[in-house]
Amino acid sequence: MLPEHIRSELCAIVGEKHCLDRQEALVAYSYDATPMQQSLPDVVVMPQSTEEVQQVMRVAAKHQIPIVTRGAGSNLCAGTIPVGGGIVLVLNRMNQIVEIDEQNLTITVQPGVRTADIHQAVEARGLFYPPDPGSMVISTIGGNIALNSGGLRGLKYGTTKDYVLGLEAVLPNGEVIRTGGKLMKDVAGYDLTKLLVGSEGTLAIITQAILKLIPKPQTQRVMLAMYADMAQAARSVSDIIAGRIIPGTLEFLDQGTIRVVEDFKQIGLPTDVAAILLIGQDGDAESVDRDMEKIAAICKKNEAVQIKVATTPEEADEVMTARRSALAALSRMRPTTILEDATVPRAQIAPMVAAIQSITERYGLHICTFGHAGDGNLHPTCMTDARNHEEIERVEEAFAEIFDAAINLGGTITGEHGVGIVKAPYLEWKVGAAGIEVMKGIKRAFDPHNLLNPGKMFAKETRNRVVIDRA
Amino acid sequence: MLKEALIEKLDYEELSNCMRCGFCQPACPTFRETGYEAASPRGRIALMKAVADGVMQPDQDFVDQMNLCLGCRACEPVCPAGVPYGQLIEQTREAIEEVQEHPTWVKAVRKVAFTHLFPRQDRMYRLGSMLRFYQRSGIQKAVRKLGVLRILPKQMGEMEAIMPEASGRGIREFLGATVIPAVGERKRRVGMFHGCIMDVLFSETNLNTVRLLTEAGCEVVIAQGQVCCGALHAHSGEREEARNLARKNIEAFTKAGVDVIVSNAGGCGAMLQEYNHLLENDPQWHESAKWFSSRVKDISELLVELVEPDAWAGLPESKRVTYQSSCHLRNGMKVTKEPVNLLQSIPNATYVPLREGDRCCGSAGIYNLVQPEMAGNLLDEKMGHVAATQADILVTSNPGCLLQMKAGIKRAGLEGQMEAVHIVDLLAGARRKNGTSSDLQA
Ligand SMILES: Cc1cc2nc3c(=O)[nH]c(=O)nc-3n(C[C@H](O)[C@H](O)[C@H](O)COP(=O)(O)OP(=O)(O)OC[C@H]3O[C@@H](n4cnc5c(N)ncnc54)[C@H](O)[C@@H]3O)c2cc1C
Ligand code: SF4
Ligand code: SF4
Repeated sequence: MLPEHIRSELCAIVGEKHCLDRQEALVAYSYDATPMQQSLPDVVVMPQSTEEVQQVMRVAAKHQIPIVTRGAGSNLCAGTIPVGGGIVLVLNRMNQIVEIDEQNLTITVQPGVRTADIHQAVEARGLFYPPDPGSMVISTIGGNIALNSGGLRGLKYGTTKDYVLGLEAVLPNGEVIRTGGKLMKDVAGYDLTKLLVGSEGTLAIITQAILKLIPKPQTQRVMLAMYADMAQAARSVSDIIAGRIIPGTLEFLDQGTIRVVEDFKQIGLPTDVAAILLIGQDGDAESVDRDMEKIAAICKKNEAVQIKVATTPEEADEVMTARRSALAALSRMRPTTILEDATVPRAQIAPMVAAIQSITERYGLHICTFGHAGDGNLHPTCMTDARNHEEIERVEEAFAEIFDAAINLGGTITGEHGVGIVKAPYLEWKVGAAGIEVMKGIKRAFDPHNLLNPGKMFAKETRNRVVIDRA
Repeated sequence: MLKEALIEKLDYEELSNCMRCGFCQPACPTFRETGYEAASPRGRIALMKAVADGVMQPDQDFVDQMNLCLGCRACEPVCPAGVPYGQLIEQTREAIEEVQEHPTWVKAVRKVAFTHLFPRQDRMYRLGSMLRFYQRSGIQKAVRKLGVLRILPKQMGEMEAIMPEASGRGIREFLGATVIPAVGERKRRVGMFHGCIMDVLFSETNLNTVRLLTEAGCEVVIAQGQVCCGALHAHSGEREEARNLARKNIEAFTKAGVDVIVSNAGGCGAMLQEYNHLLENDPQWHESAKWFSSRVKDISELLVELVEPDAWAGLPESKRVTYQSSCHLRNGMKVTKEPVNLLQSIPNATYVPLREGDRCCGSAGIYNLVQPEMAGNLLDEKMGHVAATQADILVTSNPGCLLQMKAGIKRAGLEGQMEAVHIVDLLAGARRKNGTSSDLQA
């Protein structure tokens, strides 16, 4: 509970209606999409302008109250859990598209705009904002920027960081900084824009963003390729890229996922295959057709047992169903679904999937894997039950080994979901002790009193690395 | 006390199945309206779970939040984990109702409505007679003139103004029969669920339902002993009374020996389809509840199945029609395409899609009376989209929605330009080619 005078200072800024400390409000902002994480804030504040954010930040600084910025709370790294209580600053009222600039091909938005609304607004004008996280119907652009979110089109078009041209952000002392602008080139000083992208709400509160747009591709086509052997699927991925084709989509489902999806949707997927690739291309009609033919030939050469090319929009939709329903199908199996996020160089996908499989078996768990094959970003997903503490401990050990395996293969502990609380104990494995020190220095430069999203990114202790015995 | 009741009623397994992804939020009208996490399905489930886990005490804010939910279940089809939100909110309301201390007059009204009125069809008809007397005798006119309605809450006044002409007789009395033969070859033996309010306020629609069904080759049985479906009870936390009603209906239709049980009101149909869940813990009734629920169909499903799309003769004159889909028909019964297919196959009717026609109109049982502000906001937004269709006819498939749309048309000043019609009445007006019509008369 906050002392009454602080509460009234906050209420004076945003109004009673948008400053809540009722029990029900505190519970409602105590969680995000991360399984098994919950912690109550002291107050929930919902500002509507940069000025209000500044004033709230000043109050927080004056009384040294922690602030956790929240978009839609759809992150999977416990990034918006107010571990130390304090203020949850909800930005979904700042949801205006400020401008679409067709001369410069940019869009300027407030942080609470939903990602899908950006797509809709620009595509209506024949323009395109490529980043498309699977959560885009709910996630906010502020959250996307703070986590540098990726999506299905990451391979060809890059991720959020490649589209952020400029930011407006409120610092922990209440000052506003503006970085970048409607510019394609800018080398004046350190690149604070890039630094804020992926900073997980630990450096500053993003209050406005200028994003880059590109022309919308004319056509899109998709196909499914099914393989009896994981290695052949993985080889197809490398061969496609080596063949100088960069598909718009290149997704992967393992056998466990395929079985569950087929069980759930009955779309006629063969359940005895080891892997399915979902491959899509976009661009002008002629080159899309050419690419699709070449890709099909590569898949055949790698002994795909079946290739299904969609010829109509309905068929395309059916093909996409396989990938789209993956999480839904898996999440219906057991009460708790833990979706993880390990990434390896794409040539290492086959060994990575094999490692996940052997770890899963060793720990006697149910982990299925799907993800973005094109950029090596895999989502091993564990179906479990949070009430079974013994099993959850095994799940944790198994994931520690999976992250370790990813790093050994030249990969990373998270490709798009962020560090937050969940990955903090592993961060040092990836960036090293010196890396952590530099990062902490940056944090101190922005936020000397550790007010913004404390407890995230840096763990009190690094986990001991597990020694993998790959017999 | 509420805490214990909640712990007892709530299905903890399903609460845990929610993975807090938030995918349900964009579909939720109360979240869209408020932007407030607790007013979203994910938030409400989190609150329920917090109570079950002992993280929070269920206080008045908790209860208010549960009451603000429309129960439209738009959150269900979009949920990746398949969380049956509708059941969770009903369990919650049942627990709240169990411990709720109502003021005496509310208690009395609830008692009359839930135990003495809705479950007793004969009394519904008597009420219908009284209403009809009120409407016909000139009292209504006098009352309106005197401005007495102004002292009622605004929403009540609005409802009074659009109330259709009531009837003191139900479909059975109209037809004087309980089994109406199929026109031509008999393809199905169909039990007609006539509803409680439906049979009093919309007896013409019920009559048209029988017409359409018999013309489509159905022998229609108006099972005796059927009662209110119990939806209003279940949604208001009176699940025990709903179970009693369910048992009566199951008995009535089992006796009637029908292949299909057809409903013409999405709200009732969805409830009937859930009897198997409602009676899950009743070993004596569960099997027959499953039998019953698996046979329930909406009239539009049956018509699409039995009537060739080119068999409709068409509307007397050319009209633009649009469709507001009823929440429980869509999210409960999962019927989405059939009504639209029917509208598209009527000659002389030009179907225009309604933007956000899949969003709740705010009627939601008695929601518009108890949550007038939210209901009003939703209705105004809805009418904006409706006006944009420039339709002549706004079609719905549930009595509550129909009344709400009538009120909406009035409120938006669209009277004279547009009318709201039940899909059955529109289809009955479009009749069939080949002269195979029934000669049913009221
Ligand atoms: C089913 C599902 C699928 C998903 N698929 C993907 C995917 O394909 N790719 C992917 O990358 N992620 C995915 N995610 C994770 C998540 O949706 C994204 O990371 C998304 O960007 C989070 O956006 P949000 O608005 O919900 O942010 P939140 O969860 O509210 O916040 C995320 C982080 O950003 C910070 N933050 C939010 N707004 C601001 C701001 N304005 N200024 C400063 N900091 C801020 C928060 O403090 C927090 O640390 C998925 C999640 C789910 C549940
Ligand atoms: S969509 Fe389903 S699983 Fe996701 S938060 Fe909503 S109810 Fe929970
Ligand atoms: S039933 Fe309707 S109002 Fe209630 S939570 Fe679900 S979508 Fe929202």
